[in-house]
Amino acid sequence: MKVSLFIPCFVDQLFPQAAVSMVEVLERLGHQVDYPQGQTCCGQPPFNSGYWDEARAVAERTLRVFRDAEVVVGGSGSCATMFKVFYPELFHHTPLEAEAKALAAKTYEFSEFLVHKLGVTDVGARFEGKVTFHDGCHGLRELKLKQEPRQLLRNVRGLELIEMGEAETCCGFGGAFAVKFPAISTAMDEVKCNSIAETGADYVVSNDSSCLMQITGYLQRHQRPVKGLHLAEILASR
Amino acid sequence: MSASTLFQHDAKAAAANLPRRSFVRTALAGYMVKRKAAQDYFQDWQSARQAASEIKYEGVNHLDRYLEEFTRNAEARGTKVFWASNSEQARAYILELCRQKGVQSIVKSKTMTSEEIHLNEALEKEGYRVVESDLGEFIMQLRHETPYHFVLPCMHLQRDEISATFEKTLKSAPTRDPEELTAIARRFMRQEFCRADLGISGANFLVAETGMISITENEGNARLTTALPKIHVALVGIEKVLPKLEDLALFLPMLSATGTAQTLTGYNSLYGGPGQLGETDGPEEFHVILLDNHRTRLLADPEQRDALHCIRCGACLNVCPIFKNVGGHTYGTTYQGPIGSVITPHLRGLQDWKHLSGASSLCGACTETCPVKIDLHHHLLQNRRNAVAARPVWWEKLLFRGFSFVMRSPALYRLAGRLAPLGFALRRPVRNTPLDPLRPWTATREFPAPPPRTFQEIWKERARTQPTP
Repeated sequence: MKVSLFIPCFVDQLFPQAAVSMVEVLERLGHQVDYPQGQTCCGQPPFNSGYWDEARAVAERTLRVFRDAEVVVGGSGSCATMFKVFYPELFHHTPLEAEAKALAAKTYEFSEFLVHKLGVTDVGARFEGKVTFHDGCHGLRELKLKQEPRQLLRNVRGLELIEMGEAETCCGFGGAFAVKFPAISTAMDEVKCNSIAETGADYVVSNDSSCLMQITGYLQRHQRPVKGLHLAEILASR
Repeated sequence: MSASTLFQHDAKAAAANLPRRSFVRTALAGYMVKRKAAQDYFQDWQSARQAASEIKYEGVNHLDRYLEEFTRNAEARGTKVFWASNSEQARAYILELCRQKGVQSIVKSKTMTSEEIHLNEALEKEGYRVVESDLGEFIMQLRHETPYHFVLPCMHLQRDEISATFEKTLKSAPTRDPEELTAIARRFMRQEFCRADLGISGANFLVAETGMISITENEGNARLTTALPKIHVALVGIEKVLPKLEDLALFLPMLSATGTAQTLTGYNSLYGGPGQLGETDGPEEFHVILLDNHRTRLLADPEQRDALHCIRCGACLNVCPIFKNVGGHTYGTTYQGPIGSVITPHLRGLQDWKHLSGASSLCGACTETCPVKIDLHHHLLQNRRNAVAARPVWWEKLLFRGFSFVMRSPALYRLAGRLAPLGFALRRPVRNTPLDPLRPWTATREFPAPPPRTFQEIWKERARTQPTP
């Protein structure tokens, strides 16, 4: 299958290893990976802040970039949600509504793609370490992905998955919220990080790098030894 | 100080209060466990939610018909029904009633609508004695504070704090025993019940079919409030209407499960009018005030109309990470938490209260938990959009125009990425000062160091070295 990667702007700029790992896993499974040129941002920052005209302008370009893709796999639950859930809303009653719905229908979040589209739960990975999984809210509640990443992690040799008490509690990122309301955002981060620490895990893993930026930002500031990794990075390791 | 500035200020203070946050979180964790058990009594909770949402949809979308049906049936049994467009009309009606009937002392059971219209202040200003009879509300009244949570008004207070409040106001002896604390309040309240000549309650449901109101409670105080005084006034939001009596079979256990994590609360009472001829109890007069107070603004908005489904169970507060970390008072509203953030801009003005819709990570825990399936977190997004459409913030508009311009040009996007390290270098002199643009993030969190190469660069390199066949 020819898989078109959608690598969100902040993954491209700050967490390229997550994207590289996605490529590795998909190619290992025998798929042709395509990275459509000209992709930038999905438009979520202005969308979430209420500036829908500005978001639509960005999203129109993105629709064009992925127009010819067979399937699109997003490297972040949140940005995949933007395609799958919010583009149809953003383009509701516009000439591009049909195209937005078409993109929504062919877009998958990474773990969703592996488990539901490819039917793969064991990618042949090996990773030594204790891992706890953080559910990004968009992946969990908008895309209803809960077991998919866990199924993949349980089949990684050497990996011990320990559930944290607050797995489904928001880490407090929320895009602009994190800088508009830093006190609340950080308090939420603290609760999340304490819950992670209670597991005794060496790694906190998520399918959303934005959550990981928030979580590791707090962990590092408080010199906690837990490291953050994208799900793809675990699945790529052997 | 604007509501928004005050919110930021109070949120910061509340977030720094670790013991309080921890206490509230522990209490709500206990609620979640018990609530799960209460929900398990339902054959299928998700189907129950769907059914409840459909019944509320019917009620809310045919409010005109059901409110008239309620009124007809209530009046047939001697209930006086008053339609109040706003809080002034509702207050004026009650004040006039007090004057006419020579009321001196008023006892109240828990009613958030009275908080909404600032009824206590209005009554006290006219010289009436007003006593809250719900234990939590009573404690908050003694402390001259508003409810912290619209179902659990003093959930944030520890026993010592409650004891201290009683010592100061009721001159009781200090105690840490919950039963003793309750007994202190009860001894005081019994006299108030006997003395009161007017009882004010809210209602959890209005039953159109029978013209009755339904009140859910645990302490029996609402039964005394409504039965002992000569006059009973119920102040009820118009959205509380249910078409049929049998609808309560679903809603009473549902409200108990999500509101207080019980299979059924201690008391659920239906009130169908004043004492009838030949009956030995019941008030001489029964008034129901149907309160709009801008609820019809929500009704006029098809996108957010489902917010009127709300049964005020408070479940969305109990799962909300924002509520758990900033507490109820920070909101500065009658209705706290996600539902409050959704409806307050409609009830009290979008521009003054839009910050509440902004103060959310949009995690969706509220929507997931809501028993009547209100699309809460998406309504927060819609409030943000509506606020911008009505009055954009100039610097935000400029920022997002610029953002959109850059993101529409892959070349500019790449250039911005390449300039980022330069930005980091330029930032060094102002680092951690108020001039530092990253400070809202870096004051409490590390920002990731930019990697040597972006993914686009890595991909380009790969395409050069491994040309595709």
